[in-house]
Amino acid sequence: MRAMRQPVLELQKPVGDQVRQTTCYMCACRCGINVHLRDNKVRYIEGNPAHPVNRGVLCAKGSAGIMQHYSPARLDKPLLRVGERGENKFREIEWDEALDLAAGWLRESRARDPDRLAFFTGRDQSQALTGWWAQQYGTINYAAHGGFCSVNMAAGGLYTLGGSFWEFGEPDWEHSKYLMLWGVAEDHDSNPIKLGLGHMKGRGAKVVAVNPVRSGYGAIADEWVGIRPGTDGLLAFALIHELLKADRIDLDYLVRYTNAHWLVVRNPGGADDGLFARDGEGRGLCWDRGQAPVGGTSVPKGIGTEVPPTGKAMPAESTGLSPAVIGEFTLPDGRKAVPVFQLVAERYLDPKYSPDAVAERCGVPAATIRRLANELAAAAFDEPVVIEQPWTDVHGVRHERMVGRGVSFHAMRGISAHSNGFHTCRALHLLQLLLGAVDTPGSFRYQPPFPRPIPPANRPGKTRQANGALDAAPLGFIHGPEDLLVDAQGQPRRLDHAYSWRYPLAVHGMLHTVIRNAWAADPAPVDVLLMFMANMSWNSAMNTAETMHWLTDKDDAGEYRIPKIIYSDAYASEMVAYADLVLPDTTYLERFDAISLLDRPISDADRAADAIRHPVLDSATQREGRDVRGFQDVLLDLGARIGLPALVTDAGKPRYGSYADYIVNHERAPGVGLLAGWRGDGDQHGKGPPNPAQLDHYRANGGFWSAEVPAEGRYFKMANRDFLDWSQRMGFIAKAEPVVLQLYSETLQKFRLAAQGHGPVQPPAAERERVATYFDPLPIWYEPFEGSQLDLKRYPLSAVTQRPPFMYHAWGSQNAWLRQITARNFLYLHPETAARHGLADDDWVHVDSHHGRITVQCRLAANVQPDTVWTWNAIGKRRGAWKLAADAPEATKGFLLNHLISDKLPDGGYANADPVTGQAAWFDLRVAIHRADPAAESHPQFAELGDNGDNAPLRYGAGFRKA
Amino acid sequence: MHPAFSVLFFTTLSGAGYGLLAWTMLLLAFERPGALMGHTPLLFLGLIGTATVLFTLGLFSSLGHLGQPQRAWRAFSQWRTSWLSREGVMAVLVYLTVLALAWWLSAPLRGVESGAGLPDEVRWVIWATLLGALLTVACTAMIYASLKPIPAWRHPLVLPVYLVFALLCGLLLMMLGQRLAGGVAIAPLLVVAGFLAGLLALMKWLYWRGIDRRPLPVSKTSALGLPEGREVSVFERPHTEANYLTTEMGFVLARKHARKLRLISVLLFAFVPVLCCWLAWLFPDAATPVLAVAVLASLLGALVERWLFFAEAKHLVMLYY
Amino acid sequence: MTGLPAPSKVKLGLVIDLDTCVGCHACAVSCKEWNAGGITGPLTDERPYGKDPSGVWFNRVHSYDVAATDTQPASTLHFPRSCLHCETPACVTVCPTGASYKRAEDGIVLVDEDKCIGCKLCSWACPYGAREYSAVEGVMKKCTLCVDRIYNETIPEASREPACVQACPTRARHFGDLGDPDSKVSKLVADRGGVPLMPELGYAPVNRYLPPRPRRAGPPGEAEAVADSPRESLDTSQLNPLLRWLDRALSR
Ligand SMILES: Nc1nc2c(c(=O)[nH]1)N[C@H]1C(S)=C(S)[C@@H](COP(=O)(O)OP(=O)(O)OC[C@H]3O[C@@H](n4cnc5c(=O)[nH]c(N)nc54)[C@H](O)[C@@H]3O)O[C@H]1N2
Ligand SMILES: Nc1nc2c(c(=O)[nH]1)N[C@H]1C(S)=C(S)[C@@H](COP(=O)(O)OP(=O)(O)OC[C@H]3O[C@@H](n4cnc5c(=O)[nH]c(N)nc54)[C@H](O)[C@@H]3O)O[C@H]1N2
Ligand code: SF4
Ligand code: SF4
Ligand code: SF4
Ligand code: SF4
Ligand code: SF4
Ligand SMILES: [Mo]
Repeated sequence: MRAMRQPVLELQKPVGDQVRQTTCYMCACRCGINVHLRDNKVRYIEGNPAHPVNRGVLCAKGSAGIMQHYSPARLDKPLLRVGERGENKFREIEWDEALDLAAGWLRESRARDPDRLAFFTGRDQSQALTGWWAQQYGTINYAAHGGFCSVNMAAGGLYTLGGSFWEFGEPDWEHSKYLMLWGVAEDHDSNPIKLGLGHMKGRGAKVVAVNPVRSGYGAIADEWVGIRPGTDGLLAFALIHELLKADRIDLDYLVRYTNAHWLVVRNPGGADDGLFARDGEGRGLCWDRGQAPVGGTSVPKGIGTEVPPTGKAMPAESTGLSPAVIGEFTLPDGRKAVPVFQLVAERYLDPKYSPDAVAERCGVPAATIRRLANELAAAAFDEPVVIEQPWTDVHGVRHERMVGRGVSFHAMRGISAHSNGFHTCRALHLLQLLLGAVDTPGSFRYQPPFPRPIPPANRPGKTRQANGALDAAPLGFIHGPEDLLVDAQGQPRRLDHAYSWRYPLAVHGMLHTVIRNAWAADPAPVDVLLMFMANMSWNSAMNTAETMHWLTDKDDAGEYRIPKIIYSDAYASEMVAYADLVLPDTTYLERFDAISLLDRPISDADRAADAIRHPVLDSATQREGRDVRGFQDVLLDLGARIGLPALVTDAGKPRYGSYADYIVNHERAPGVGLLAGWRGDGDQHGKGPPNPAQLDHYRANGGFWSAEVPAEGRYFKMANRDFLDWSQRMGFIAKAEPVVLQLYSETLQKFRLAAQGHGPVQPPAAERERVATYFDPLPIWYEPFEGSQLDLKRYPLSAVTQRPPFMYHAWGSQNAWLRQITARNFLYLHPETAARHGLADDDWVHVDSHHGRITVQCRLAANVQPDTVWTWNAIGKRRGAWKLAADAPEATKGFLLNHLISDKLPDGGYANADPVTGQAAWFDLRVAIHRADPAAESHPQFAELGDNGDNAPLRYGAGFRKA
Repeated sequence: MHPAFSVLFFTTLSGAGYGLLAWTMLLLAFERPGALMGHTPLLFLGLIGTATVLFTLGLFSSLGHLGQPQRAWRAFSQWRTSWLSREGVMAVLVYLTVLALAWWLSAPLRGVESGAGLPDEVRWVIWATLLGALLTVACTAMIYASLKPIPAWRHPLVLPVYLVFALLCGLLLMMLGQRLAGGVAIAPLLVVAGFLAGLLALMKWLYWRGIDRRPLPVSKTSALGLPEGREVSVFERPHTEANYLTTEMGFVLARKHARKLRLISVLLFAFVPVLCCWLAWLFPDAATPVLAVAVLASLLGALVERWLFFAEAKHLVMLYY
Repeated sequence: MTGLPAPSKVKLGLVIDLDTCVGCHACAVSCKEWNAGGITGPLTDERPYGKDPSGVWFNRVHSYDVAATDTQPASTLHFPRSCLHCETPACVTVCPTGASYKRAEDGIVLVDEDKCIGCKLCSWACPYGAREYSAVEGVMKKCTLCVDRIYNETIPEASREPACVQACPTRARHFGDLGDPDSKVSKLVADRGGVPLMPELGYAPVNRYLPPRPRRAGPPGEAEAVADSPRESLDTSQLNPLLRWLDRALSR
């Protein structure tokens, strides 16, 4: 064989000439990235191997950051509307003019009534700033997107565990032997979950995916439980039923860490019925059986043999007790009370929760449910997970090792995006608690700063101080009816009706109701709608067609019913067309951001962490005529222009020169600021005075900060002295007090009592039955509202969406690379379902809901529960949006399920939302499908926003090769 | 496989050209040199010229298929392994011999007296040209027949079919040329042509039957590394819109169209030529127009057949796309 | 030269774990990103913002439905595909120009774009769909095994691996020397029964795929099973089940 003449390759070329370490924002997971620049252009973005979130890996979106940053759809200049609203006709203006205009509108509305500003933000992570700003402005009408996102999950967790799924907790990837994923497709923790799943499968742990669709994580799960949407609560109850029946529960854990032994007053009709029995100091009581002889000490109700119980009521949180978990006890004041556990056991042992009873509705065979219960019990109890690490609990008791239950759960919007999601989420937590599987080795774990007190202490601001600012941030936690934001008649005060009797625990607000209510001036008119980073006329709206109408509708005088709309976006989204004034934001590579522990932390279970974004590229040099500003900078500027209290100095000068200045120097409480790292002289962490060099420390450390939880504090965080002390030192909690996990929620019972006519604050008559029904202190299951109000024979199918792993909502489609993966979506049907309707691949179907019709193409795939159809979320685009060509498949063939989703329940009353939290019930959608004639385009179609597609071949990188 | 017209024209025209060249060489080889030089050098020059135009057109057309035609010269380098390269090399060799022959044949035109006719050693060049023409066609066929991922092209009849196509089209062309040059007796050749046409129809029938019946030699499961027997269907392609692979290899032809097109091609390359040969035999006076029809039909038939050759060939990539 | 070199001792390649691949396309996009600006860039995209967008990708992720068997439930299979750097690949031998070649030292199969005439023959010869023609550039492109990363001493050693391996969020992709039986990848292949694709074609792919581990769902026919033996420790028909907890000695 002749010697080869191989070309000589240039293999030692440096990747770029600079590397900047910052934080990805192709989604909210917030991975660390190394951005390699060559000649001031992005050559390569890679995961930062040292970063605690992604440890070097990077998802498809993150890798496509180059195309996002250079997207032709970037907005370059402030825009002032010139045509009619919705026509997408603008004039470019200078920032001075834009800020003057905005400040004028904001000043005016604040002078009339600060609540006349509705400030709602979407996908951002600067709620620490925006919420504070709204508080300074004095409006109660502020929220971010959580209300339509996953507030059921947040609230269900925070009111039960003091922590939650979402990205605030995680399975013990290292030790768990059995992971159940409930309704998770991607989550905000995408890369950590993927890393964890890969690792767990490698260890041989079993992964079970409960999900009507089997793709993504479900595809690699050992077992797929193809459940019918909206029925997970029932499945959880059946598992609980089985575990109780078989006595496969962790009672020791329950009495140590939960309120299982707390006594609940039994006084039907009384004002105290269902509240915890408390002593004079307000401490919850339990029944201490003392050293009583075993046998016949107490008698459960209805058993017959009347033996007077021995023992006595004692504060439930004290130690050295032998608490009773079954029995009816007479309190010193003569009232009767039973332990929480008895209520739990009584309720879920009911045959209506047996596997056989729920199998049909859930679509999961009874035998499977029984097996799953056995597997859970085996994983939890047969071989406890032991970590040889001594620790000390809050009572000072030292434990030689950490012993835990190798069962972990993770859940997301498949649970929460239903109108029964709050209770379903609580049901999952109840199941975890019965297994003793919360923050033990092998189980679900809190990520600091969680756990927090239940509920967290901060309540929503409701009154204004003399300077016009609210007494507290507009979003907070409701502890009882007295915290609601209702008027004297008990009607909603907030524009979105959050914190009203209709949605009392709407702790993230209800962005999905804002546009309708602003249009309807319900409860009161607003002057300015200020929105940020939320595509509210399209994929984040329910009832899209009417939403577009509300945004453009005029009153009799010819004025827009929503007088002024200011919107900040970075790209030419569908929503931009509806603004009067557009404030162009930077891309994520051009600005400062704080990924703060005060907001949505990026911690993991073993460390607290926060991070920054900082400009790695100068926006002014990115494109001819580009003149954009970070929204946070703009917000601070506007606040200073209108003289908001904490935004100006006593001399009336802007207090913060820029957002970077604010990040470093603003203190939420003494020593507590947006960033926890390198405070003071640079050696204080968690708490400490502002440090002018703080951002340099971050930059030098790869853009992030992290602090390890001490080894002895890594589990049992709710009652671990070492953890709680550390957490207090860090400034996460005010006091190092244990967090008692709430099987039984007294907070909910307070609402129920109010609805039953007790207490000073009571719901209006129209709301009583609803509140009494849905504020059950123990988890309940009910048919999701849309289904319960419809003839299910007419709408026999459920329809849901899933996040594609390679797209972030609407904003991935402008990305030249990502859109090649999915430029259009299909309605996926089970082949059996398709056969019933005579459908084949690529046929067109009408999909009807009670609210409307879409006509789209279908594809057959057996990886879905047969009574469910699904599609990828937010692939469909409005014609001409995102600087795509008008004939782009996203617009002509793609579609949104949102056109079918009503923002109101079928009967027209309440919002299409959870009755406890106001969470948007996206996945309650019921549909019917019918064969349609072949069509050229999906329907509905809306007026074109332009025809902008730049179709010259894209040769990104050609320059680097030459260089 | 995507039927690219540049390639269809290439194989059809160059096939006919090399076929014509081959027949011309055969004729030349059996002519008495002296007689030839005296009587019909123009005919031979004309035939060789026509052949050269045809395969040159074909080769040019094939350049249209290239992304970087200006580098086509590089394609001569890999004759050790590559049939495409071999074809290129053969084509060049044939050009050389054709050039040499043309030089000799054009001697009278150049005013050179050569009453003695073609020198003897030229016979070797004639035979070499004949062989070269056929080998070039064979190389073309082998480009396809060597590709394992396209099972239809691995059929043993691919090579013979290419050759017979070249011979048929070439023969019809040659007869037409002879007629145009004036009344040469072609009766025996008409029989040969008819026979070739019939043979081709038979071979194509066998080929089509073969590819219709023969299952793909590789299973989906093997393509996915799964145990044999597992049933797999596509849930999602990697990209919702077409990509290079799906357009290049994923060309699908509806069965009923295929059947119709097969019939059309057989009519054109076999039935019409046979009919024409018969007519030309019966009515020698009308032979010229009739043969012209035959030539046209055979070329069109070859084009349709070539189109089908691509369109019906399934690339293994489509097992899993 | 498109003659194949003598088999090299070093056979660099990828091992892809189908058991943990979630089909996220991260490998496909990171590949695109790295190589767009690398030695074979650009990976041109046509009609990037219009109808029928399409471009050059060295790695594409497929998804399949796999039907149930007697012992295994139905499943969804995600399947990334890139060049397998075959040991006897026809994509190299069919190339008329010598543009397509297999490196003698490590077996990486590459295209020398300066020689390529864009005849596409190599793409026809590849049964694995691993060759990508760029009509705009007029040349063939393909996975380079990130040859400009793996030997690049300007990159920190731990990151000297292909972009797709670096990015994969489930760490389902592994890179190494499959010619060395003691390498990590070879051991992984041995442990997990890694397979070549379509070995019967004789291309002798170097890359290996680790098949999905057997699923651990319920026994076949479970759905039809009726409630059988009592599973609880107490006979609930006799006693109030709550009684068993009545005297449970618990302490806190
Ligand atoms: N059918 C259905 N609908 C749903 C869901 C579902 O599951 N099914 N999910 C819901 C959920 S949970 C959510 S969170 C919403 C999400 O919906 P949205 O929050 O509306 O998400 P995006 O469409 O990505 O829109 C965010 C906007 O931010 C803009 N943007 C991107 N980057 C920047 C930036 O750096 N600065 C600024 N200022 N703007 C930027 C984008 O251009 C876009 O216009 O969708 C909801 N809608
Ligand atoms: N790649 C990517 N990542 C994202 C986003 C994105 O757009 N793209 N968006 C981010 C945002 S804003 C959010 S809120 C999170 C959401 O993260 P996920 O909760 O993972 O998001 P969804 O895709 O809505 O997933 C819901 C899953 O629940 C299933 N499901 C639907 N109904 C039910 C049910 O009743 N029961 C069960 N068990 N399952 C059900 C669906 O099939 C789907 O798999 O993702 C974040 N991460
Ligand atoms: S998950 Fe992906 S898009 Fe989200 S931050 Fe991480 S790398 Fe970026
Ligand atoms: S990055 Fe990893 S998990 Fe994602 S598709 Fe590629 S191989 Fe699969
Ligand atoms: S996978 Fe295809 S391109 Fe890669 S070496 Fe093998 S035959 Fe060649
Ligand atoms: S396309 Fe290029 S690399 Fe492929 S065979 Fe032709 S010349 Fe060789
Ligand atoms: S090895 Fe490199 S070129 Fe090949 S698929 Fe992976 S990233 Fe792409
Ligand atoms: Mo969300």
